[in-house]
Amino acid sequence: MKILVPVKRVIDPYVNIRVKSDQTGVETENVKMSMNPFCEIAVEEAIRLKEAGKAEEIIAVSIGNQSCQETIRTALAMGADRGIHVLTEEKVEPISIAKILAKICESESPGLVISGKQAIDGDNNQTGQMLAALTDMPQGTFASKVEIDGDKVKVTREIDGGLQTVNLNMPAIITTDLRLNEPRYASLPNIMKAKKKPIDQKSPEDYGVDVTPRVSILKVIEPPKRQAGIKVENVGDLVEKLKNEAGVI
Amino acid sequence: MIPKVGISEGKEPLFYNESHHAWREEVRKFVSKEIAPFVEEWEEAGEFPRELYKKAADVGLMGMGYDEKYGGTTEGIDIFHGIVTAEEFAHGCGGVSASLLSHNIAIPLIQSLGTEEQKEKFIPPVVRGEKIAALAMTEPSGGSDVASLKTKALRKGDHFIVNGSKMFITSGMRADTYVVGVRTGGEGATGISVLVIEKDTPGFTQSPLKKMGWLSSDTAVLYFDNCKVPVENLIGGENSGWIGVMSNFSQERLGMAAGMNAYSQICIDEAVAWAKERKTFGKPLIDNQVIKHKLVDMNRAVKTSRAWTELLSWRVMNGESPIADLAMLKVHASKAMELCAREAMQILGGAGYLRANSGPGKVERIYREVRVNAIGGGSEEIMYDLAARQLGYRS
Repeated sequence: MKILVPVKRVIDPYVNIRVKSDQTGVETENVKMSMNPFCEIAVEEAIRLKEAGKAEEIIAVSIGNQSCQETIRTALAMGADRGIHVLTEEKVEPISIAKILAKICESESPGLVISGKQAIDGDNNQTGQMLAALTDMPQGTFASKVEIDGDKVKVTREIDGGLQTVNLNMPAIITTDLRLNEPRYASLPNIMKAKKKPIDQKSPEDYGVDVTPRVSILKVIEPPKRQAGIKVENVGDLVEKLKNEAGVI
Repeated sequence: MIPKVGISEGKEPLFYNESHHAWREEVRKFVSKEIAPFVEEWEEAGEFPRELYKKAADVGLMGMGYDEKYGGTTEGIDIFHGIVTAEEFAHGCGGVSASLLSHNIAIPLIQSLGTEEQKEKFIPPVVRGEKIAALAMTEPSGGSDVASLKTKALRKGDHFIVNGSKMFITSGMRADTYVVGVRTGGEGATGISVLVIEKDTPGFTQSPLKKMGWLSSDTAVLYFDNCKVPVENLIGGENSGWIGVMSNFSQERLGMAAGMNAYSQICIDEAVAWAKERKTFGKPLIDNQVIKHKLVDMNRAVKTSRAWTELLSWRVMNGESPIADLAMLKVHASKAMELCAREAMQILGGAGYLRANSGPGKVERIYREVRVNAIGGGSEEIMYDLAARQLGYRS
């Protein structure tokens, strides 16, 4: 079985995000970029399935500019077998990504697509679901546990009320939640081996997908700064403020 | 939280390629998750858990640069992977780096001078993180003057009988495999041999040493009392250990310089963050010229040290052995670190004097670690002397 893992290049989670002064977006020039943490979890899960003998090949896909190759290399260094890089300078939206992935699913016929539940930049949480709709594959989103049994996969999902377990026929789509696993470090020997693993370079046109954005961003601004709190002298003051200023009692 | 690295990210294409960047990233993750959060606890306890060796081995840290057939990684690896490692490890602490990576001053001798059997026996368990290796050269009497070491090894049939002691040995208590400099011949450099002495050898004892810094590192004095060491443990020829010992020092000095540069940079980063935050007399500290000048001076020292470290690494990688330059570099780097730790402390004031492994507190630890860097691996004075001799400064 093949596992397809889409990986997204995002601003490193530990970098302080700065809004561009012209309010067209956030600063990405000279900013440290990393693999989206949820995608890392997806890569890790795919590797664990392969190590358990449930899968033979892991394909990492990234869609975006030239530097997405680095993100694919990271996946290869963790243990993916080969990469597909769909090169575009456009800011790709979930629907375009899902359409391209659907085409890749057609040609590669993976038994599982494991993706992050969302990327930490756009927080869209849509791509996996859209891909499921486009390919008519069953989906198990927000996975905290994945168990393969024959041609079925049991996915434990983290939902508001607790845990829900779904049984899916494969091929299926899984999106990962934070608690699914803890991604490994890419070891030095694997980093060196990753240099030799193949990455196919494609373009959206190869898949017949128009990636022109459907949504135009009007303005990006910083969230309002939180005001400092106040200290009250005594309980009487507190009650007075809660009643008259906050209006909560 | 992954620490910010103020030191330039190694973008210089002459020295660094994609694999160096990828490795830096992984070491940074490793250090920020497996070491940095525990530094305070381990420094307090005076040691770190032995399982860290296994974890480090799993990411390939222990095997870097050692032959693949012994479990290491050599393909595509060059000296700059070591530089990157040393820099990133500075975000943990000096004590952990020194002990965890103590094999990097011991195993290269076995790899370069050892026989096939010796390599097969001694290298793989260390690369797998199962055994700890240490280098034992320095003695109570001689300090950095290695050529005059006194520990005697007398050949008796198929054994050497070893008598003497070794001082300030990193991983001295916990190591399993000791690479020991001994005197098998006459006086001076030409009478020195290298022996591997294993921990369970009868007559071999150790006792721990308490230190000013590198608290989590294990440092000991070793005693050899009529230790019988099999002749098979002789690394390289009899009386020809000196060249190996000296070439080993070149790598050690580069690695130390890289680490020192990174510690210096941490001092700068902490000082800058504090100076922007702290207000005195109605304005941030950093708006005072005296503070700005201190910061620029610190930068000047570190940037030159780093540039020189990279250049010399490149020269060593290309087969040169610029011994005088390496000696001077080590002094330059420790003086830069001394300056940065001192000035950062002045800028931080009371905050820098407190023990804590976060924010300004790191500087207090680094301040104490300056000394071991200025003394260990060849003291500044010995380095000057070596450089002067290499440069032919005599009448």
